[in-house]
Amino acid sequence: MVQSLLLNLEETISVILFGIGFTMLLLHRNLIKKIMGMNIMDTAVYLFLAAKGYIYGKMVPIVADGIQDASAYINPVPSGLVLTGIVVSVSTTALMLALTIRLYERYASLDLDEILTRAREEEDV
Amino acid sequence: MSRRKDNYETSRWAKFIRWVDGEIDPLEHGMEIRVPERTEQSETLQTELKLPGTDRTEISQISADRERAIQERHIVRGLRRFRVFYQFMSVVLCAAIIFVLLWTVASLPPFGNAGNPGNNEVSARYIEQGLQETGAVNIVTGMILDYRAFDTFGESCVLFIASCCVLVLLRIDAASRDEQTKKRMEEAAYDRLYEPKNDIILQKCACVLVPLIMIFGIYIILNGHLSPGGGFSGGAVLGAGLILYLNAFGFQKTERFFTEKVYRRVTLSALTFYCLAKSYSFFTGANHLESGIRLGTPGAILSSGLILPLNICVGLVVACTMYAFYTLFRKGGM
Repeated sequence: MVQSLLLNLEETISVILFGIGFTMLLLHRNLIKKIMGMNIMDTAVYLFLAAKGYIYGKMVPIVADGIQDASAYINPVPSGLVLTGIVVSVSTTALMLALTIRLYERYASLDLDEILTRAREEEDV
Repeated sequence: MSRRKDNYETSRWAKFIRWVDGEIDPLEHGMEIRVPERTEQSETLQTELKLPGTDRTEISQISADRERAIQERHIVRGLRRFRVFYQFMSVVLCAAIIFVLLWTVASLPPFGNAGNPGNNEVSARYIEQGLQETGAVNIVTGMILDYRAFDTFGESCVLFIASCCVLVLLRIDAASRDEQTKKRMEEAAYDRLYEPKNDIILQKCACVLVPLIMIFGIYIILNGHLSPGGGFSGGAVLGAGLILYLNAFGFQKTERFFTEKVYRRVTLSALTFYCLAKSYSFFTGANHLESGIRLGTPGAILSSGLILPLNICVGLVVACTMYAFYTLFRKGGM
């Protein structure tokens, strides 16, 4: 297993990064750190996709000197997917940060547990 | 004799003196939120115990209070125990997830091998036929703005909708009489009053940098089908240039050419143009982005049909959205 993990070093690292991001998302009570964890997870996915598209010794998928052979370029599909991922991640991050700002203004706290407790108290009243 | 302030006991200096003397630990109140609550509860318990009630009802009242306090303490203790359990379980869960994913990675095909199943006939077709069918030298651009133009349209819409949501959440409306909005308005006014103005170093640097950044962003957008880049990256560069300009010269200067109306018009017309261009391709067989424009010679700026206008549209949407995000987060309006 270790041998094949070392063969896929980029994917291994991206998976570990994904795990770290997931841990942050799950463990931290601070909302900003949760968002950071989410972004680390996004980055891990980009790394994974970019690593999947790469082929040793091949060129960037931009036609040069009229060569149009599939064996001359790397796979262009994952690059397009990463582009999509980056845009969606920017949008979700902005939305999450805006929601966090409003929550902080309302409850004066970034602690998710405290916010939930106070929201429940307000519901009871 | 010097006069002592009325609130000397609570002032920072007194706390510092006491800390130097070793009486209190300054981190005591900042570390854990739950601890002070518990001490309060135990104090109330002690005071209740010290005061003997004369009346029977009072005694029962006190004992009921005490029971409630004990119950609350149980709840707090349970909460803390739950939190420890939660953290332990989430660490276990994350380790399990990493292990499972690593296991999966171990059975993936080797990195960078041309014979991997991911490098199949789809990518081969894009590379071999892309230049003839789309006219774009950059295969990725040809792919995302021609074969998969509908997906990119969805992306631009995601950005637009996200900026709308942020607008809804963070915009400060002067007409609103909500308590919270009033507070935010005051804070924003306060911020703007004390924000640094006329920083000469920043302004001189911005004078040199902003035109270069803008030209570079426009270059990336216009060369999207010829070289690395495209609407998204170029738009982000343009947005960064706008933000730098705003930081150097303030809102009054940027409001001369970029207001909410401009933002709305630019984004909506760009998205509408994109939408129409893509809708037309549905009538012509939904194969890829058809247009009456000839593809031109590959490598020239005016080539590859609709890709160049679509790149400009995407770039405008991205630049406006980035700038809108910044201004909304900064002062709640454009």
